[in-house]
Amino acid sequence: MNGVHDMGGMDGFGKVEPEPNEPVFHEAWESRVLAMVRAMGAAGAFNIDTSRFYREMIPPHVYLSSSYYKKWFLGLEEMLIAKGYLTREEVTAGHAMKPGKALMHGKFDLANVERIMVRGQFARPAPAPAKFNIGDRVRAKNIHPTTHTRLPRYVRGHVGVVELNHGCHVFPDSAAMELGENPQWLYTVVFEGRDLWGADGDPTLKVSIDAFEPYLDPA
Amino acid sequence: MNEHHHDHDHDHSELSETELRVRALETILTEKGYVEPAALDAIIQAYETKIGPHNGARVVAKAWTDPAFKKALLEDGSRAIGTLGHVSRVGDHLVVVENTPERHNMVVCTLCSCYPWEMLGLPPVWYKASPYRSRAVKDPRGVLADFGVSVPKDTEIRVWDSTAETRFLVLPMRPAGTEGWSEEQLAALVTRDSMIGTGFPRTPGAAS
Repeated sequence: MNGVHDMGGMDGFGKVEPEPNEPVFHEAWESRVLAMVRAMGAAGAFNIDTSRFYREMIPPHVYLSSSYYKKWFLGLEEMLIAKGYLTREEVTAGHAMKPGKALMHGKFDLANVERIMVRGQFARPAPAPAKFNIGDRVRAKNIHPTTHTRLPRYVRGHVGVVELNHGCHVFPDSAAMELGENPQWLYTVVFEGRDLWGADGDPTLKVSIDAFEPYLDPA
Repeated sequence: MNEHHHDHDHDHSELSETELRVRALETILTEKGYVEPAALDAIIQAYETKIGPHNGARVVAKAWTDPAFKKALLEDGSRAIGTLGHVSRVGDHLVVVENTPERHNMVVCTLCSCYPWEMLGLPPVWYKASPYRSRAVKDPRGVLADFGVSVPKDTEIRVWDSTAETRFLVLPMRPAGTEGWSEEQLAALVTRDSMIGTGFPRTPGAAS
């Protein structure tokens, strides 16, 4: 979706402000939110792409004025309601009012902590040969799905070169909508900065994205 | 409620409103039998103590001292790091990109906050915030200036936007004046930002 989360190339957000000796969490509640997201995801309530989509659906004015973990919290709460794991009445009441829904991988307890400290695997067997070879020129499609996609707006319509082939991976556009993993070839595609930002752009800049095959046409 | 991990003395600011909502959600998830609070505590403890830039720093220092490891690391980051049993379990899809006099690499996630957690820990606030996400792909030299650093004007700047489940770690250039240093000494020079591409390793005189 063409949301405010898709920020590449936007102006007006000001300077980057590094914080010396930044703590891992600034408030205790942030750590609880992180842990709940990780736990409920690992228990099978949602996949990572669906969780990203729910954060993207936060209204733009709320998204831009909320801290990072606040967005995680808002996305988590809405997603769990939408998927039937809790109700809005329960959220208002602040406690459970009926029994829980079965989780695909069961309750997240201490025995499950170790397994989530290793990254998930997203590579899948290839359903078809790769369409593109390293060195091929490709054009990012001019598409504007209103659902989840990982093709940022700033490359759409532009021509780049395939630099790496990462194999077949879970396709976020499908997985986020719970339409299955639909594995697709994944490539690093590199663009000239001036092709993206015009003649006034930095001539030394190259920008790459990791692009799934359905995002690309031959060029 | 889980009183054991919260102090709750402060005023009803906007923050405490959020805090109350977060507590309520945890209560509901616990009462419905979805999560065990002790398991949440264990997750938090792991992120606070086990993962962090020290993991990435050890990988970088090894690459600076072991040419065969460096070659393997650049060919397949996940596999090479997997051979170092003592370093964090990186999982799949890690790509290590090398800084050279000709090319400076920077990593961003314009769409959300993708970051090599296992190598660097949880990302800092600035990495997840709008200024960095919006400008890194368009004006990386301006972003570097915000960090107080610059790269020569003829050096190529390559920005890697982490739009999939691949993760990127920058292998910075080894500082001059470190000939004969041990891996351990070198690792102390490797900063988090130098592995994101928004900074450089410490120089020997400034080592801490």
